Amino acid sequence: MAELTYWQAIQRAHDEEMERDPMVITMGIDVGVLGGTYKATTGLYNKYGPLRVIDTPISENSYTGLGIGASFLGIKPIIEIMSVNFAWLAMDQIMNSAAKVRYMSGGQLTAPVVIRTPGGTAHQLGAQHSARMEKVFMGTPGLRVVTPSSPKQAYGLIKSAVRSPDPVFINEHELMYNIKGDVPDGEYLHPLEGSEISRAGTDITLFGYNISVLWCLNAADILARQHGINAEVVDLYALAPLDRAGIRKSVSKTHRALIVEEDEGPVGVGSEVISIINEECFYELDAAPVRVHARHVPIPFSYILEKAAIPNTDDVVEATLKLLGKS
Amino acid sequence: MELAEKKRVLRDMLFARRFEERCYQDYVQRKIGGFLHLYPGQEACAQGVMEAARPGFDYVITGYRDHVHAIRCGTDPKHIMAELYGKETGCCKGRGGSMHIFDVEHHFMGGYALVGGPFPLAAGMAKAIQLKGGSEIVICFLGDAANNQGSFHETMNMCSLWKLPVLFVCENNLYGIGTSIYRSTAVIDQYKRLSSSNIESDVCDGQDFDIVYEHAKKAVEYVRSRKGPYFLELKTYRFRGHSMSDSNAYRDKTEEESWKKRDPLNILYEKLVHEKVLTAKEYAAMDQEIMSYIDNEVVPFANESPEPNPEELEQYVLA
Repeated sequence: MAELTYWQAIQRAHDEEMERDPMVITMGIDVGVLGGTYKATTGLYNKYGPLRVIDTPISENSYTGLGIGASFLGIKPIIEIMSVNFAWLAMDQIMNSAAKVRYMSGGQLTAPVVIRTPGGTAHQLGAQHSARMEKVFMGTPGLRVVTPSSPKQAYGLIKSAVRSPDPVFINEHELMYNIKGDVPDGEYLHPLEGSEISRAGTDITLFGYNISVLWCLNAADILARQHGINAEVVDLYALAPLDRAGIRKSVSKTHRALIVEEDEGPVGVGSEVISIINEECFYELDAAPVRVHARHVPIPFSYILEKAAIPNTDDVVEATLKLLGKS
Repeated sequence: MELAEKKRVLRDMLFARRFEERCYQDYVQRKIGGFLHLYPGQEACAQGVMEAARPGFDYVITGYRDHVHAIRCGTDPKHIMAELYGKETGCCKGRGGSMHIFDVEHHFMGGYALVGGPFPLAAGMAKAIQLKGGSEIVICFLGDAANNQGSFHETMNMCSLWKLPVLFVCENNLYGIGTSIYRSTAVIDQYKRLSSSNIESDVCDGQDFDIVYEHAKKAVEYVRSRKGPYFLELKTYRFRGHSMSDSNAYRDKTEEESWKKRDPLNILYEKLVHEKVLTAKEYAAMDQEIMSYIDNEVVPFANESPEPNPEELEQYVLA
């Protein structure tokens, strides 16, 4: 095991996959000479050259479409979009081409691209650089959506995504590139489906994904130390398809569920997980499931307002105590 | 091209015309649903370019007016008609429909229904060819209105920058759905718009097969020899509305009549008669043979084919 940062883990996955398969290319704005806005493609340009590490113009829709077209003929592009907020510009190609081409061609053609992009609220970046969009992608048939909460997952999910015959959308987080964690020394492929129990517990399940897993783990520590509550934390690293069996299993054990997301409440991961709980294991519940989520506003610039818009560890603790009737 | 060979070309174009007219009839009779965009009037465009290219070897991509481009790549018309009928034997197993014909085996990489959507996909396939060192080219057929999308400008810039082997064929039929090019577009001659991306471009009459073929040969040769991308504008006209739901009320009848005098089938037919390689009688027999093939083979195949099985509804979403 080596301790790597999230960005180093991403870089290692790129490097290994490009080394292994000459059909793998990396493309996006500033991924080459500059080495990536978040350093995640450092060194690749010098090692693999401009034909395989492509600095694109700032034309999100068309360079994403170009990667998708290349994938029709056997190239495996890893496409970086600098912020998920810019992925709105590429929605036509992601939604209308990548996600649908396999279906509408009756299985003749696939678009096995990997699209990596960070989302989430960082440090006062304002409304147009702070949104998250996983809810949009996870509701689209034909896309796989994964979102790593650790360097190990970031590494293993990218490697699996490159080898997947389906288009895979990977949601990263701007605040997570410098977090550290153990990554196996040998090659490791993380499954693109399922969920992970990050902390086993008995009293309540805290469902999180990406950065909210970290909030859930911190909250679980506080709940254990200060309140004698043994929370289970389930990491929904795969948002499409969601792990129905994993959700059912954990709720059937703890009988209580709290879903924590950085995204706004409406039409989100939380509402979807609660629907799954209703469908899969409603009679296992001892209390109504609750979601903790962002406020329904464009993310404001002001430091105080930005903090007020986004949930945090304290919100998770408070909501858990309320759900358990202890506040 | 040999004169005898041109008889086959005329036959191909007549087949395209009759196939599309049959689609029209079957749509009116509600055997075909959804949207239907027909090609009559523009036959010399796909024909002329594909005669200059290598059908089944070069990759072709286009918009939603796509039946004839697929046929020119080698797709069996029976499989297209079955697709229009929504049948399991359709080239996309009834999942695509008129606007989404695909035949990957013949390198027909699809019809797409977002105007301008295929531009970057074409560039991407060309990028793949470049990386793999193949000798294929990509041919992207789109209409004039697609050039008002951002994807046109974004893609042309990248194609020029990276010298991608793609031939863009602009079938300028003067209308973007119901709006005249004179009311939607500041620059009428589309080939001039390529000066902004420094791409070699050319323009010619799209109604005369011989002219299209000569210009297309030059274009294909340019791209095949890896000099870079190329843009060929063909001035043409569709004889029907944009789609079947189109009243065609926005077009001036005298304009329509003047273009119908330049029917690509008549232009080639008259040349061949003049050259004495074809007679009116032979042409009528050719037509009869085509009609009977469509009536006795193509339509019955579509009609008698099984519907898709609803239990297989979710097949093909993910691999």
